Amino acid sequence: MHTHRTFAFGFLLTLLACSTGLLAAGGPQAPLRPPAPTLTRPASSATAPDASGFLRRWLVLEPIRTTGPLTDSAVRAAVTADYFPDQLTTIPHDGDTVRAGDTGLTWHALDTTHYNVNLYHFAYALNRPTSNVLFWAVTVVNAPRELSGVRLAIGSNAASVWWVNGEEVIGLYNDRQTVIDDGVSNRLTLKRGPNVIRAAIINAGGATDFCARLLDADDRPITAITVELPAGRR
Amino acid sequence: MTFRLTVVIALLLAASLLALDGQPGVHDPSTIVVDHGKYYVFGTGVGLPVSMSDDGWTWRRVGSLMSAVPGGRPGPDVIARGGNNTWAPDVVHVGGKYFVYYAAPGTQPKAAIGLLVGRTLDPASPDYTWVDAGPVVWSDGEEDCNAIDPGVLRDPTDGRLWLTYGSYFGYIRLVELDPDTGKRLYPARQPLNVAINGEASVMIYRDGWYYLLVTHGSCCAGANSSYNIRMGRSRKVTGPFLDNMGVDMLQGGGKLFLGSGGRFIGPGHFGLLDLGDGVQKFSCHYEADLDRGGISVLDIRPLFWRDGWPVAGENFTEGTYEIESARTGTALELAVEGVPVGGPRGRGGRGGPGQAPVPPPPPIPEQTAVQVSARWPAGVVAVRLSPYMVQAQQKWRVTRVASGGGYPGSPYFKITIDGTDRALTATATGELAAVPAFTGAPEQLWRIDQLADGTYRVMPRVVPDTTVPLALSAVGSSKPTLARFRPDGDRERWLFRQP
Repeated sequence: MHTHRTFAFGFLLTLLACSTGLLAAGGPQAPLRPPAPTLTRPASSATAPDASGFLRRWLVLEPIRTTGPLTDSAVRAAVTADYFPDQLTTIPHDGDTVRAGDTGLTWHALDTTHYNVNLYHFAYALNRPTSNVLFWAVTVVNAPRELSGVRLAIGSNAASVWWVNGEEVIGLYNDRQTVIDDGVSNRLTLKRGPNVIRAAIINAGGATDFCARLLDADDRPITAITVELPAGRR
Repeated sequence: MTFRLTVVIALLLAASLLALDGQPGVHDPSTIVVDHGKYYVFGTGVGLPVSMSDDGWTWRRVGSLMSAVPGGRPGPDVIARGGNNTWAPDVVHVGGKYFVYYAAPGTQPKAAIGLLVGRTLDPASPDYTWVDAGPVVWSDGEEDCNAIDPGVLRDPTDGRLWLTYGSYFGYIRLVELDPDTGKRLYPARQPLNVAINGEASVMIYRDGWYYLLVTHGSCCAGANSSYNIRMGRSRKVTGPFLDNMGVDMLQGGGKLFLGSGGRFIGPGHFGLLDLGDGVQKFSCHYEADLDRGGISVLDIRPLFWRDGWPVAGENFTEGTYEIESARTGTALELAVEGVPVGGPRGRGGRGGPGQAPVPPPPPIPEQTAVQVSARWPAGVVAVRLSPYMVQAQQKWRVTRVASGGGYPGSPYFKITIDGTDRALTATATGELAAVPAFTGAPEQLWRIDQLADGTYRVMPRVVPDTTVPLALSAVGSSKPTLARFRPDGDRERWLFRQP
């Protein structure tokens, strides 16, 4: 059953990509690719983190081409460039499209079957580039009450910058692999209700993915929250 | 000019080696005890002199124990069994009472060990008084024992109380004490012989082993004293105590714990100072501190453990270090963009078939802050953890701060990026940063304690807006922070490596 749904999701993605001309980068003759093996389309309105606290539901924008090294200054320049309107404030819906330069890009709601979100699987399945690219990712965490002393803890391949409720909280630079809790924010407060977590992940070459969870004041994973994305437009 | 410069350098070096500060002159120190946040130690001398410290680093003399004893001297029964001298006390806190055991020798080996009982160590307290409880053990001058140098163990496994004593004339002996009275629990029983060839015995316990630490060699001859601390261990409190080669301490065995070294000659009279959270230190005296004209002084040093044996650590020394998280293996650094040592360059020619070997380029010099800091931001800069790449923003200079106070065994340190004045500081949010210049503020003063496994705990003297003691912690591979010290893991454990 799971396999069928994954396949169906990948097929739908491919159809959608074809219908919106998103395979232009690979050319009209680009072969159909199998669906991302670790990613599915959300089947429920809300979900909980897994037992280790990993947030497994995200909206991910198709990759934007970048150039340059992954040094602190180059990454900062890359993530502060203007790609599309309201890129640091938007809470997209599944199926929303933006234009970055001459390229139309679509936001995809994704559930990962693993602790991490495999961006290589994501982009490859869409016949999109996986090297020298920037991915935007957004999720919304609902806190049952105000939670203080919380830390966002992430890992990313490669460099990444993260925001919580509009405030930049983590910057990881240089070529690196995803390590659980590699980058950790200062202590912060989640407000009761929705809290927006946003990330920009830049990959130079090879595999690319990220993982994220929230830790409590004793560095234990927070699981008593939900992740709920805006309703999709398709 | 050269001579004067040499003298200055020598004085600076000497200053960095001093054992404790203030008035550390003590001979035959007791175990150091902490009462209401103050540190106390008692020693040999008229009336059993008392030394006190507010922080464990700076010490001062505050009178004598006997001045608070009715009569001001050992009781008549003690003097009758031994003599009128007052030497080498030890102290233990049991059931709300302090028991002080002290040697009262006459013409050795005729000697006695007397007991004083009190409820507080604070001379300013209205409850401050010591009651003479008479002799506990003694040697008659004929038997193979010299009843001096008491050492007390409160067994953490069952609460039983034990006393070892003795000096050279025969055996080190063991008797059990009554935790209610401090006197012998079974006075009719013959004391048990546990060691020879030493004095200043004391037992400690750890992980199923009882360790008997005894001072060998000769004392009381300044820099000509051969005092050294040796040890054996046993699964039972009653022995036999064997050294690392299996030799019984009753037959002269004893693994060396600490001998002379550096500017200190003749360590003796071990005492355990357990500060909790896995931080253990030991006290001793040196027969001669060469930097204080050869007088006998107290010292406090880290105690750690290796292969089931205690190891005498060194108090932290100034230097330039990589500060590495034991949890993550990543190094503390100023959060600035690093520059490869020597600048970007390839790995060099590899030659090929028929080609002459390519000569290597010249060595690359060490990277310094002067070379690469022009692009570092001014003002307060974040700190983070990164793989150590031998770069300037990863090398920290750790320097003693003379006027910043201290902690048991050491003054506080400042921690700055080598070649700059950018100083590590605790912030009001319980995080870390580097300020552009060291100001001496207490949140810029750091306590560095070696832990039982040889790693270090690093704590700011204060964290703004909180009284909770916090330690440098690695909450993730790249994130240093401040957190409550948790001895059950590596999060707050750090390594200081040569850069």
